[in-house]
Amino acid sequence: MSKRIVVDPITRIEGHLRIEAVLDENNVIKDAYSSGTMWRGLELILKGRDPRDAWAFTQRICGVCTTVHALTSVRCVEDAIGAQIPPNARIIRNLIDVTQHTQDHLVHFYHLHALDWVDVVSALSADPKETSRIAQSLSAWPKSSPGYFKELQTRLTKFVESGQLGIFSNAYWGHKAYKLPAEVNLIAVAHYLEALDFQKEIVKIHAVFGGKNPHPNYTIGGMTCAIDPNSDNAINIQQLNMVKKIIDDTATFIDQVYIPDLIAIAGYYKGWLHGEGLGNYLSYGNFPQTADPASGLWPSGAILGKDLATIHEIDLADMGQVQEEIARSWYTYSKGDQAALHPWEGETNPKYVGPDLPYEYLDTDHKYSWLKAPRWKGNPMEVGPLARVLLQYAKQEPMIVDTVNGVLGALDVGPEALFSTLGRTAARGIECKQTAGFMSKFYNQLIDNIKAGDYQVFNNDLWDPERWPKECKGFGYTEAPRGALAHWIHIKDKKILDYQIVVPSTWNASPRDGKGQPGAYEAALANTPMEDPEQPLEVLRTIHSFDPCLACASHIMDMNGNEITTVKIV
Amino acid sequence: MKKIETFAGVFKARGVERRDFLKFCSLISVSLGLAPALVPRIVHAMEHKPRIPVLWLHGLECTCCTESFIRSSHPIAADMILNMISLDYDDTLNAAAGHQFEEIRKQIMEEYKGKYILAVEGNAPLKDNGVYCMVGGQSFTSMLKETAENAMAVISWGSCASFGCVQNAKPNPTGAVPIHKIIKNKPIVNVPGCPPIAEVMTGVITHLLTFGKLPELDRLNRPKAFYGTRIHDKCYRRPFFDAGMFVENFDDEGTRKGWCLYKMGCKGPTTYNSCSTIMWNEGTSFPIKSGHPCIGCSEPGFWDNGPFYTRLAEVPFVASDSGADKVGMYAVGAAAAGMAVHAVGTAIKKAKNDSDSNPTQEG
Repeated sequence: MSKRIVVDPITRIEGHLRIEAVLDENNVIKDAYSSGTMWRGLELILKGRDPRDAWAFTQRICGVCTTVHALTSVRCVEDAIGAQIPPNARIIRNLIDVTQHTQDHLVHFYHLHALDWVDVVSALSADPKETSRIAQSLSAWPKSSPGYFKELQTRLTKFVESGQLGIFSNAYWGHKAYKLPAEVNLIAVAHYLEALDFQKEIVKIHAVFGGKNPHPNYTIGGMTCAIDPNSDNAINIQQLNMVKKIIDDTATFIDQVYIPDLIAIAGYYKGWLHGEGLGNYLSYGNFPQTADPASGLWPSGAILGKDLATIHEIDLADMGQVQEEIARSWYTYSKGDQAALHPWEGETNPKYVGPDLPYEYLDTDHKYSWLKAPRWKGNPMEVGPLARVLLQYAKQEPMIVDTVNGVLGALDVGPEALFSTLGRTAARGIECKQTAGFMSKFYNQLIDNIKAGDYQVFNNDLWDPERWPKECKGFGYTEAPRGALAHWIHIKDKKILDYQIVVPSTWNASPRDGKGQPGAYEAALANTPMEDPEQPLEVLRTIHSFDPCLACASHIMDMNGNEITTVKIV
Repeated sequence: MKKIETFAGVFKARGVERRDFLKFCSLISVSLGLAPALVPRIVHAMEHKPRIPVLWLHGLECTCCTESFIRSSHPIAADMILNMISLDYDDTLNAAAGHQFEEIRKQIMEEYKGKYILAVEGNAPLKDNGVYCMVGGQSFTSMLKETAENAMAVISWGSCASFGCVQNAKPNPTGAVPIHKIIKNKPIVNVPGCPPIAEVMTGVITHLLTFGKLPELDRLNRPKAFYGTRIHDKCYRRPFFDAGMFVENFDDEGTRKGWCLYKMGCKGPTTYNSCSTIMWNEGTSFPIKSGHPCIGCSEPGFWDNGPFYTRLAEVPFVASDSGADKVGMYAVGAAAAGMAVHAVGTAIKKAKNDSDSNPTQEG
């Protein structure tokens, strides 16, 4: 006797995601279906506009991964028109980008993911003295006295007793799948609140260089944040000091709060190694160190079938590599719905054929999502921190090898534990430690350049569209916090003719493809046992371990967006 | 009905010293731009008012509004959502998901009839029966209408909910419209910006909590306290505009001397917002300070007012005190006067700001 459960909306994510899962008689998930339930149609909106404005439009695809689309877009336009940017602009962009990674991972761990593992109500019964002892055994973080935890617990108790539970209302407290002792729950709640306060500090770096966060400003040809150590109207030592302090404080928070919490919490869940998923991983690489986009500190490559010994090279311009399918998505292709199209020849013709609203279940035997199904050489791929960490681990990047081995050692598990929900979550923390280090590295690169007298942040050579080729194509890419991201553009007569994006959460949250191969979420949910199907905590754990971003996933800007006007009213 | 606490009671219960509580009230007065003499009134309000439930819906959007909200420095987000309001329903932060999450919304709608705030981030696609945004198997549009029914007031966060923003830009493929085009029988506060400034967002809520009424609004239903003047009028680069000293390209000497960005396309002269006064990220900076022209992200239809790097044909009203109501040809009578709330928990009367008299443009 199988039963079907629906989790919609999935909360603690960006955007609108629905999961349907079929369970067997033992409450083990046999099949899962991931559906993006929102579409905004930005492709038509971008057509015909000034390519220099594209960063601002594409940035609004997502305010959680703010900056990553803007960065990818300026890289894309610069690639198309052949613009070069000064070294300082490259460094500042890297610094903004890596700041985003670090802040985003921290927010994800505490505010989007922790409550899948942490029972807030259980913290009420913790012994503050024992909590303090445990906290001090884990880390040198100073907010760890018995009095600190006692005060927090008192506040929490009154909050719960008020009957107005706010964001903690009607959740899964007391669920059997929660395994932490009360004291560790209390530590985690304390750090949930501390991280909520601290995250806003990290992104002040975006405000210094881009004027604001969310959605800092970029421009093609470099950056606009003038540097002059002897001007009171440009970036001078005062602002640089602020950036430096934030970088130092961030590294301390990651080292003394995030990483110890991650290891402590993971220690209680190392028996829960579900959620492996596809075993295929893809990363484009990021943080270029020279004008060559491929000079990134993060390598590019693909891993198939968990085989770390073979790293496959990727080429975004190869028509046979990155392709999108729509056999199970609410779109049609002029070449037939079984076609797989590279972004350069892609189409977006939305056609909703799902059930009439409101509905109880989607028709998952046919089309069931606003997300397309991106595939690499026909393979569904997982993207994100685990893909990047595995790739660096396979390539023997020393910092990653040391940290991964350190975490595995602390948990007393083998490398195979990486291929799991918990592995995905651990990889994000490991990567966050690395990116906190990169923040400092890029800051020092900037200081060295300024010290050497190089203040240039912008190259005006190709600002004027009159100097562009009459027609040109290009692509840009990055690794967003959630994974591999690329934009493709076709410019004609100084205007955008076509624009196309393939986004991390489209890879991960994709529905099945023409061959019936599931996407990464769907594969990772399979074979997961559930304690109580009415309380889908295990589903949330695995889905959250990917850090879904559905506004990104379902935006899709496309090559032939004009065909959208043929959509039928259903 | 569950027991409803006052702010002061909640603060006390959480072990917050009275001294810190008073300091908090002072900070609120600063964030609202109020005179210090009003602090005792804020203290009184906080001591006598309960926590208002807030249902925060997400439509077609990018979540930059939520991200901005949690960047608030005074009050900080944790205080806001745990101590000052009861944020009972929010996709981004709630622990519960699926039907447990939906039950919360239905429960608050029933138990707090006429006493909760509906906050909306994003907007609703009207085309094709709303299939371009579906939540829990229903269209976002129907969910929005349902949730607004018993709400005391509606806050439209950001340019999406206020004016339409990016998905509403030409040719608006999903038929996305701002909230006031759908909800016509409730007081609506528009808080535009992509996103709005964090302290403006928390300021709008604390204004309501503190004074028991919505802030005074201009003809576009924006709080005058935060959208009363143009960025240009309070811009620290304004003297360079007046002196005719302009950045001509992003790599010239003027950029390093902080000259005016008007010729680079700055929309500060036509944009009403607090960027040049409150600034962003706890006063760290704002776009013009980082050398980038304002793109006018809090103005209706700003995506179609570009291109961003093309200079404005003319700069209206050079006088520095021209408020939004004085610009344009619209009757001043359309301005919604401060909408009284007799007490928290009493329904706010329908303000005279229905969309017929609202000149907000989309597109």
